[in-house]
Amino acid sequence: MPTIRKTQVEFEGRIEEREVIVEEEHIESWGHDVEMRWVGKPTPRVDGIARVTGKAVYTHDIQLPGMLIGRFLRSPFPHARITRIDSSAAEALPGVSLVWHKGKQPAVRSLDGRAIFVDEVNYEGAEVAFVAARDERVAEDALALIEVDYEPLPFASDFHTATAADAPSVVLGEDNWIDREGDLYERGSVEAGLTDADVVVELEFTTPVAAHCCLETHGSAVAWEGDLVTVWHSTQSIFGTRSSVAEALEIPMDRVRVISDYIGGGFGSKWGAEAFTLMAALAARETGRPVKVVLNREEEHLVAGYRPGTYQRVRLGAKQDGTLTLIEQEADVTTGAFGGGGHVVGGPAKDLYLCPNVRTRVRAARANTDGARAFRAPGYVEGTVALEGAMDALAHKLRMDPLALRLANYAEKSPSRGQSYSYKGLRRAYEMGAERFGWSDRTASAQSDEGPWRRGVGMASQIWGGGGGPPANAIVKLLPDGTAEVAVGVQDIGTGTKTVLTQVAAEELGLPLSAVRCVVGDTLPAPFGPGSGGSVTLASSTPAVRSACREALRQLIELAAIMLGLEEAPAGDFTVEEGEIVYGPDPEKRIPFNQVTAKMGNYMIVAKGARGPNPEDRAVNTFGAHYVQVAVNVETGQVRVERLVAAHDIGRVVNPLTAESQVFGGVVMALGYGTTEERVIDPDTGLQLTPNLEEYKVPVMVDIPEIEVVFVDVPDVEANSVGSKGLGEPPIIPAAAAIANAVFDAVGVRVTDLPITPKRLLAALRQAATESKEGTR
Amino acid sequence: MAISFRGPGPIPIDLNVNGEERTVFIEPRRTLLSVLREELGLTGAKHGCGRGQCGACTVIIDGETAYACLTLAVDCEGRSIRTIESVSHGEQLHPVQEAFIEHDGYQCGFCTPGQVVAAVSLLEHNPSPTEAEVREAMAGNVCRCGAYPNIVTAVLDAARQGTGRDPGVSGATVASGEEG
Repeated sequence: MPTIRKTQVEFEGRIEEREVIVEEEHIESWGHDVEMRWVGKPTPRVDGIARVTGKAVYTHDIQLPGMLIGRFLRSPFPHARITRIDSSAAEALPGVSLVWHKGKQPAVRSLDGRAIFVDEVNYEGAEVAFVAARDERVAEDALALIEVDYEPLPFASDFHTATAADAPSVVLGEDNWIDREGDLYERGSVEAGLTDADVVVELEFTTPVAAHCCLETHGSAVAWEGDLVTVWHSTQSIFGTRSSVAEALEIPMDRVRVISDYIGGGFGSKWGAEAFTLMAALAARETGRPVKVVLNREEEHLVAGYRPGTYQRVRLGAKQDGTLTLIEQEADVTTGAFGGGGHVVGGPAKDLYLCPNVRTRVRAARANTDGARAFRAPGYVEGTVALEGAMDALAHKLRMDPLALRLANYAEKSPSRGQSYSYKGLRRAYEMGAERFGWSDRTASAQSDEGPWRRGVGMASQIWGGGGGPPANAIVKLLPDGTAEVAVGVQDIGTGTKTVLTQVAAEELGLPLSAVRCVVGDTLPAPFGPGSGGSVTLASSTPAVRSACREALRQLIELAAIMLGLEEAPAGDFTVEEGEIVYGPDPEKRIPFNQVTAKMGNYMIVAKGARGPNPEDRAVNTFGAHYVQVAVNVETGQVRVERLVAAHDIGRVVNPLTAESQVFGGVVMALGYGTTEERVIDPDTGLQLTPNLEEYKVPVMVDIPEIEVVFVDVPDVEANSVGSKGLGEPPIIPAAAAIANAVFDAVGVRVTDLPITPKRLLAALRQAATESKEGTR
Repeated sequence: MAISFRGPGPIPIDLNVNGEERTVFIEPRRTLLSVLREELGLTGAKHGCGRGQCGACTVIIDGETAYACLTLAVDCEGRSIRTIESVSHGEQLHPVQEAFIEHDGYQCGFCTPGQVVAAVSLLEHNPSPTEAEVREAMAGNVCRCGAYPNIVTAVLDAARQGTGRDPGVSGATVASGEEG
């Protein structure tokens, strides 16, 4: 019987107390020594063939008979008032089905409550008009025919401009501050921390605005059949999309089906329905034809979100032996004209180290850009750059090994919550990573310089959530031929979700992988599953699959017992071995799985399962440590990352093959964040100078160092019934900080403005040279 | 407002795609990518950027890799175009495809058709590349998920295994007949 219970769930640095419906019996976690057939084995993706042959269907690939293409006309100014708009020529163009703008638009509000087309545009790329036409060419031609007069308004593109005394209004009539007092966390006191300190370091950091750059740009395709609407949406949250579409269109949820079979990257930027989704849905209803709207690459940079840039100040106090007495971290961020995105910059400072006095504050202001969005470990990447950079500076000042400093402040319990961890393997991750890297021999390698190249090493560590939690459900059907269908309301954004769900189902059912087909990315067949954010997908959904499979087996064993003439035997006497149901007390009495299902005729066993609650009074977290070697050219300023060892504790590793891929991906993204990626806005025009993949520099194959991955791989048996936690975000968190620390080790100068481009590195070297000259005078 | 950029209307164009002669009726301004995806239903090549910056649309034209998003379809008359759809034959995958699956040389998969085509083309020109040659040859194919280490491993493995497997699958002459 379902009951309601309270459970703690951590999502992207915030702890929520949720009331959840619990409907399953407690399932003991797979232990440390259980012999596993599928779980824990490197398993190629179950949908690999579709991915390598081009047959995988992404939202971009949806083509339906009679489908129209929608495009937006967008503001060419960071802030302006629209004084006139004339779309008559566009409407007269053959092939154009409809044109909408502030003069004529459907009665729908965007999901933040504002009308989609308004007089005042507050960022470059803001929606000005929408066209649906026969094809993309006609739609583009029509956009060029729309006449718009703008009255440009003063703008602010960054935090300091927006918060200056005489700042222009980012949004007319609104305060430029979103949060002036700041999101504050405090334990102990700063004064006590300073009083107790033998040594204090204080540093300032800036981190760049980073663009997600999903290779599949954002988009939706929508088709109506009567009052049923199907939405193909490149999204990390099919159920979130369904509820937002239903809400915006004011239609019942059961009329909305959302499909996201393959998703070309999300990284936090693809959540519910967006303006283009609603326009597609409304235009499709208006015209009676399917409509697809896909952003182009420039729009992707202008209106699809970003990781906010930060200005940070960090102060650390410590005893001579390295014991921390104070962590103080302040961050200022701009999150766009209307806010948005996660910026829990103080998260790592609260919880990475044992320290009695901690104070963090994050202030947020508007700017004339589109809204920030969560971006892979939002806040934690930025916060870790500053915290771990400051820890490195402290180690240097104390003449301590940076690793020893971290171990001296190791937190056995969650410092902010006071709770024990379900499992914490960070100490083991430190050790395993250091051993693989050869950290104790590092001085030797750092000395070997060639010409202008200086070599250095650095490290940094990481904490993140990723424990997941309820609600998450699964449905398992056992079919007459002995195969199983598993439907889970999650989506595979490229992490390999479909594959790990298949592994867990096959493991629990005792079936070969090939006899289990897992369906994700479709709201119609599947019960609710969480959005793919906060690294929760695996830890939330695999236990639900285990639960559903056990229920299916329970039903199957009942039937098997009848077929074996053992109706009276208790269910616990039966086990499933190698595809057979075996009666324990008399193992001669056994019946193959598919013989039972074959006798069912067309009867189908349908079982539902649910994710159980999180353990009471436990913090569930993931941890890791990265060790990096860099080479720095002191003449050209080039930073070459040569080798990186990533050690992670995520509990049980369900699929070592795809888990390693996750770590590669996080490290590569952090490499870009640390050394090349940066959105640049021209201060004179307020326009982006980098809205494409040439000027916004993401890493390519020639940039990639040797990356080695090690997992602690100890099941977290308290966390959930699979013993595993999320890995999507942890590996992007410490790498940029570790790279910056290695650069310091190489050249003796700390570059605290990321990304560490040649220009910034040379400037820092020059400044250091000037200061040392002045110092000797 | 005068709009001269619309240009002339549709004209018939003959294209040889994956060994088949196809006639399409299109405006001369159309890119090869839009014709493959919208007219011929070949959606394996992806539109990642439309400006030759990501490589998701990589195809092989007369034996050379090309960005289909920067190629006008009218310029392809009389030339042989090969897309991801020609790389495998029925159930028979190309060694590069098998190696991508075995080594997890992808994550979201959106860039994968372009990566596979670029790798196939590389191995046709250079059957045993060094690791540095693989990285250089494929530097025009962005993978935002960062699957690069496994892509390199997959291409090198395919190169090692390639000679032992059916070498004809990637040739331009096998487009019809065998796969049934």
